Amino acid sequence: MGLIEAIILAVLAASTPLLLAATGELVTERAGVLNLGVEGMMIVGAACGFGGAWLSGSVIIGALCGIGAGVLMSLIFALMTLGLAVNQVATGLALTILGIGLSGLIGSRFVGEKISLAPHLHIPGLTDIPLVGRILFGEDAFVYLSLALVIGVWFFLYRTRTGLILRAAGDNHTSAHALGYPVLRIRMFAVMFGGACAGLAGAYLPLAYTPFFIPGMTAGRGWIALALVVFASWLPGRLVIGAYLFGAVTILQLHAQGWGVGVPSQLMSALPYLATIIVLVLISRARTGGSTAPAALGTVFVPDR
Amino acid sequence: MKKILIAATAAVLATGAGLLGASAADKLKIGFIYLGPVGDLGWTYQHDLGRLEMVKEFGDKVETTFLENVSEGPDSERSIEQLARAGNKLIFTTSFGYMEPTLKVAKKYPNVHFEHATGYKRDKNMSTYSGRFYEGRYIQGIIAAKMSKSGVLGYIASFPIPEVISGINATMLGAQTINPNIKVKIIWANTWFDPGKEADAAKALIDQGADIIMQHTDSPAAMQVAAERGKLAFGQDSEMIKFGPKAQLTSTMNNWGPYYIQRVKAELDGTWKSEDFWGGLKSKLVVMAPYTNMPDDVKKLAMDTEAAIIEGRLQPFKCPIVGQDGKEVECKGGTHLDDGQVLGMNFYVKGIDEKIPGK
Amino acid sequence: MQLVLEKRAERSSAIALISPLIAIGLTLATMSILFAMLGKNPISALGVYFIAPFVDSYSLQEIAVKATPLVMIAIGLSLCYLANAWNIGAEGQFLIGAVAGSWLAVKTQGTDAGPWVFPAMLLLGAVGGALYGLIPAICKVRFGASEILTSLMLVYVADLLLDYLVRGPWRDPKGFNFPTTAEFDPVATVPVLIEGGRLHLGGVIALVVVAAGAVLLARTIKGFEIRVVGAAPRAARFGGFNSNQLILLAFAISGALAGMAGIIEVAGPVGHLQPGISPGYGFTAIIVAFLGRLNPIGILFAGLFLALTFIGGEQAQITMKIPLDVTKVFQGILLFFVLACDSLILYRFKLVFASPKVSRGAH
Repeated sequence: MGLIEAIILAVLAASTPLLLAATGELVTERAGVLNLGVEGMMIVGAACGFGGAWLSGSVIIGALCGIGAGVLMSLIFALMTLGLAVNQVATGLALTILGIGLSGLIGSRFVGEKISLAPHLHIPGLTDIPLVGRILFGEDAFVYLSLALVIGVWFFLYRTRTGLILRAAGDNHTSAHALGYPVLRIRMFAVMFGGACAGLAGAYLPLAYTPFFIPGMTAGRGWIALALVVFASWLPGRLVIGAYLFGAVTILQLHAQGWGVGVPSQLMSALPYLATIIVLVLISRARTGGSTAPAALGTVFVPDR
Repeated sequence: MKKILIAATAAVLATGAGLLGASAADKLKIGFIYLGPVGDLGWTYQHDLGRLEMVKEFGDKVETTFLENVSEGPDSERSIEQLARAGNKLIFTTSFGYMEPTLKVAKKYPNVHFEHATGYKRDKNMSTYSGRFYEGRYIQGIIAAKMSKSGVLGYIASFPIPEVISGINATMLGAQTINPNIKVKIIWANTWFDPGKEADAAKALIDQGADIIMQHTDSPAAMQVAAERGKLAFGQDSEMIKFGPKAQLTSTMNNWGPYYIQRVKAELDGTWKSEDFWGGLKSKLVVMAPYTNMPDDVKKLAMDTEAAIIEGRLQPFKCPIVGQDGKEVECKGGTHLDDGQVLGMNFYVKGIDEKIPGK
Repeated sequence: MQLVLEKRAERSSAIALISPLIAIGLTLATMSILFAMLGKNPISALGVYFIAPFVDSYSLQEIAVKATPLVMIAIGLSLCYLANAWNIGAEGQFLIGAVAGSWLAVKTQGTDAGPWVFPAMLLLGAVGGALYGLIPAICKVRFGASEILTSLMLVYVADLLLDYLVRGPWRDPKGFNFPTTAEFDPVATVPVLIEGGRLHLGGVIALVVVAAGAVLLARTIKGFEIRVVGAAPRAARFGGFNSNQLILLAFAISGALAGMAGIIEVAGPVGHLQPGISPGYGFTAIIVAFLGRLNPIGILFAGLFLALTFIGGEQAQITMKIPLDVTKVFQGILLFFVLACDSLILYRFKLVFASPKVSRGAH
């Protein structure tokens, strides 16, 4: 296996949890809801995902448990922000606190246990193609699932009527409501989708990355996912680029050290965040009249009756 | 209102005391401050195993309490003081960052004894204790050089503090006794604890040609990557064979139990004194996991080396030691570097090509 | 039949008064069940959380120490939020304030600098925090970039800058390479109020900030403008208020307060600069701001209350061996209930029997 191929494989794996979580958050934000609790949903997804896989011996059941846990967490968020019109920023932060606590309680039963990781695919003929075979057909299934998910989300947002309505709800909930669309119901499904993706992203870590659960193992990836959505200016295509760029920076920083290149690692680590700010300023400037952010992002909506 | 409050409090405290049982008064109360969660499988996990071993030894004579996830910031002083106020007579603070707060609280509570791990400041009622982890790493260096086919070792390091630097140097000095041209690639993860990043670092090292992975970070992630890639690796802090049955050569384990037992015994006997304890293989604070996945001759060499270190026949930092710059390091300990030089180690030995970050 | 939320014609003061009580009642009920499930006596557990910390002056002092940075930051944040400016990067402003002030402490270390050092550090901290807070504000008013996201990104940048400084240039030369500056000189530390205790001057400063915040909002024209810009942007425009200027002002004040909280924390309870000086104060303060309903006096109580759960949680670990994770769950649930009940001040539930509009299907 060549070095470049190996690096690409590592980047794909490192980017997948970011891409999964960010895809979910993108849909949530497109519907006008800002859920800052991604980290909390992810870590509960990781704990439940590992628990499910350990008890059942099946990675798929583990992944489903992770998704389910993420959805349950997001339902709390939906109940608060959509049902009770509570501020989304405060609720999202509270959700993260709750998630860290819950995951610790759930995970304490599984300390020191080990499962077998999700297998890497092997398609005879295809996976053995030199150079590209391992990359295109030889990673674990989640890697390809995350890409399929982004394509699906793109198709949904831009090629279906429901996607159009969802975006309308995120841009101007008053008009969408006036046109007779159930803004709150649309937002609830968007939030649940975000929770499912975050739960799966969290579960990816113990199921496909490191076969054990440790409290706090998401180590801030949920916050990075939030940054990625902005970096991508809420566009699915750019999200893929952003996630892989971020993964690449992370992995290449490690390789650079192995080659003996001396760059302050803090500067390398700060680059993605600085880049996100610059991108945000640039895209906001490019479009007169504000940013490409969903116009109603983060605002409370209570239908007038 | 105030009266009601006091009455309610009294009731609560009475319930609390009732739960603890009448014998609580004559038990020795011992407190622990942990940096991570007890389930971190690494540093804190090993301290907690030590605590449990100590509890098993003394049974009813002691009662232990721990506070976990205590950040090294502004909260730690309060956490330590809370333990002192709760009647703990012996308090172990188990991370470097608790040094100043422990010192402050120790001054306030002269009748409580404090034990701070891995620091260098002491007081009448504050001891320090740590492990000579470099002894285990010297043995690992020898094994690694014997087992490596590529002649390149991969080293995942956390932060450039002396404990980590001396570990890297000891590894190289051990390895050079077998293969003078051995190379080491070092990746600084800048974290003790991020399984994903540790796994990524292990992958990067293997992809760059390292065939033996060693780590000075806490989780078993690197071990597991080595196992998956069919490479060999050393564990850290704890027994990690479960995560790499075909990969783990050995592990330098932190074995705090005997030390905790010894100190609690001293406290019970009334002979506790402020000390600086720096235990290695000999005092069993550092223990090697079984030597596995290696031929018998390497195993024998490892065991002989271990025995030689225990008997004092072999010093990992035996003079002369040549630094990266080609100059010989001053030999303060006569035949080997003295403890101060190891505790403050801030140079690489000859044979390491990289530079210490921030230097 | 459907249960729906409806905006009240005006805020309900009755609910405003009783909602915290309802929330606490609901939390107590939920937590009692959780404690019982964990095999702990719910009554003694709740007593440890809520009553035991009030017993002695030590715990009260600790609550005040813990609440100090939370209240200071939250007051600043409330100004931003009232002006509809979503600063969620107070954590970064806190860190930069700590860094800016520490610069002077490090530079004057070992010299015979006089007692001017600490006040100067305080000023530097405030200026550093304010400048850092102005970055997202300028990005917003100048380019229209979402301040929620830029201020959040800047938190990580600040964190990494601090990390770089204490591992490199500012590292204690005698500190065996550990990532921390040397302990600050006495002139560079916050004076302690009670001999032997930990209550420090920062507590007094926090109270002054609360009072100043209350006066600013209730008695000054700027305070009025801030509230109008947030509540009724169109009215503000007709009134000729410069909303951009107000956003800049809110961010600057908010950053300055967070920065000051940062340097006080470093020069007080910590005593030196190191990574991890903030256990998430900047984020917890957001919750404090909302718990306090963006009202200075409310924030004071909210900060003390949240501090109480931290201290109580620690005592629960010590006396009842209740894991820290339970405290986190407890805090999360409490926040949800308080926020949910507060929502009823502005809204009420109504039963509707038929949907007033024919909903055109979304499918």
